[in-house]
Amino acid sequence: MSSGAWHPGLRESYLYDRNVIAEIQRASREGIYDIRGFGAKRRLPHFDDLLFLGASVSRYPLEGYRERCDTDVVLGTRFAKKPLELKIPVTIAGMSFGALSAPAKEALGRGATEVGTATTTGDGGMTEEERGHSKTLVYQVLPSRYGLNPDDLRRADAIEIVVGQGAKPGGGGMLLGHKISDRVAAMRDLPQGIDQRSASRHPDWTGPDDLEIKIHELREVTDWEKPIFVKVGATRTHYDVQLAVKAGADVIVVDGMQGGTAATQDVFIEHVGIPTLPATRLAVNALQELDMHRKVQLIISGGIRTGADVAKALALGADAVSIGTAALISLGDNSPEYDEEYRKIGSASGFYDDWQAGRDPAGISTQDDKLSARLDPVLGGRRIANYLRVLTLEAQTLARACGKSHVHNLEPEDLVALTVEAAAMARVPLAGTDWIPGRHST
Amino acid sequence: MGTAELTGVEVVDLAAIPLRELNRRLHDRADGSRSWRVLNPNGAHAVACGLDAEIDVEIEGHVGYYCAGMNKLATVRVHGNAGTGLAENLMSGTVIVDGSASQSAGASGQGGLLVVHGDASARCGISMKGIDIVVRGSVGHLSAFMAQTGRLVVCGDAGEALGDSIYEARLYVRGEVAGLGADCVEKELRDEHVAELADLLARAGVDGVDAREFRRYGSARRLYNFHVDNAAAY
Repeated sequence: MSSGAWHPGLRESYLYDRNVIAEIQRASREGIYDIRGFGAKRRLPHFDDLLFLGASVSRYPLEGYRERCDTDVVLGTRFAKKPLELKIPVTIAGMSFGALSAPAKEALGRGATEVGTATTTGDGGMTEEERGHSKTLVYQVLPSRYGLNPDDLRRADAIEIVVGQGAKPGGGGMLLGHKISDRVAAMRDLPQGIDQRSASRHPDWTGPDDLEIKIHELREVTDWEKPIFVKVGATRTHYDVQLAVKAGADVIVVDGMQGGTAATQDVFIEHVGIPTLPATRLAVNALQELDMHRKVQLIISGGIRTGADVAKALALGADAVSIGTAALISLGDNSPEYDEEYRKIGSASGFYDDWQAGRDPAGISTQDDKLSARLDPVLGGRRIANYLRVLTLEAQTLARACGKSHVHNLEPEDLVALTVEAAAMARVPLAGTDWIPGRHST
Repeated sequence: MGTAELTGVEVVDLAAIPLRELNRRLHDRADGSRSWRVLNPNGAHAVACGLDAEIDVEIEGHVGYYCAGMNKLATVRVHGNAGTGLAENLMSGTVIVDGSASQSAGASGQGGLLVVHGDASARCGISMKGIDIVVRGSVGHLSAFMAQTGRLVVCGDAGEALGDSIYEARLYVRGEVAGLGADCVEKELRDEHVAELADLLARAGVDGVDAREFRRYGSARRLYNFHVDNAAAY
């Protein structure tokens, strides 16, 4: 309903707003839950609820355009012979070829490479496009094991064991049949056109003791060269992080519930897991308890959109962040350029989330050759590089304002919270007070 | 370091050298040794994993998890029992276990042949993607779960939920099946299947078993595309 249609006497229910009513009607009509892409759309406590204090009489800033503020990060220093050396602390998260088109994967690799960071494979294995265009490529080992092979393990720069993702901790995946092209089907050893389920559990290990042995096997297969990441969706983050450390991870990736997905039930996206903000604090504390903070590196993902998000995650103790949804938007997802076509398929630019459908006008979340051809991987790569540079510049701007010569020198002491919830979750004081809800007084 | 016997077999004693050194040497194509004997494995994990050469490895004793994991080309024989994830993600080559195997044997294997002369446990052939598995004894529950392609031959019995959510893999069981999983059904055993079975049994070195005594199971293909009317089947 447009605002112009409103007249006195029309009162929308908070409980049954127009989206709720439409969903009940859709469910009644179609008899199946809503599957969609993107991440959580509800309002959640997030990094927006934190502020930097900046320099003051007692804190000395760095000159914004003169003095260095470094951004490099090394991932995998614990056991791997060849840790990843990245120029910026922002990586591209795992997204599959299958969910994304080949040009999209190539563009992500090009952009990441241009600015000296890593990109990540996804369910379905490694494509030549992304290996060829990614200087630093993280290879995911997922429960489905689609396309997994030791040759790609060895030509990867790091290995990421995916236990879960923020959009659907405890859930598997589903690549709907209409996105299963010949090439995707061949990579996954399945017939074309059928729905491809990705398992929610790994086939050959259960529990943290097994995971330790699994990591050992992967190290043996790759002769202890590759950093091994363990990725978890944010749920019981404290325990998951400590168990991943115990299992021998070099790097832990914690993906908050705002993390995106190519195709998951809406009820899953919106109702399972915890937000990125509390997950970050829980993960850092878990590492600190074990005296492993900075020894096992922490990557945070789920709703990272701006340099402010990057800087705040780092200030809370993350070593790096990953972007997924924002990277797709950078490539051209939801672009106004395609608004007319989004409307033809029942959406609009700025709202499109049917990444599962394979009809993406921007040529990103599709396997349709004609649609895919719309995305120029060179131009897409340039956009990704531009965006990553902006994220970095913004994070540096904030770090210099706090007097830091490296973005990793940002610390919780630089932050205050705007809301009681954020103060409790991030464990920084509510702005204007010294109150951290839940902190036990001594 | 191991000693080369007069027979040309390289002998490595895991009671004397670390596993890392064994696997490093097995991965080193410049090493040149084609035949290996591994002594005193004592249940070690990840023994002979990630091989990628036409070599023979004989392991004299029991092994732990992930023995011969991700193997390519090599032939690995365990003269004992094997732990979880035996020959997981096998790509090619042959893995033989004289004893029994724990759960998830041959998990997500993409090729090659896995032979278990004893029993295999739960989830044998889970997520298999082209591997052939021959088990002389029985397999546990949820074997061939989400099995995509390849063949699982069980000369004994199969546990509950055999072939649950199966895709195009072919399952052959000679004994009793405790229960079939979602979308797995018995199918006609035709002559081409008997021939296929006989060939697999011969390649596995399993004698005295008549291929005509097996039943064949596979996908009903009713769950290939999600439909709400089938929701109760999941």
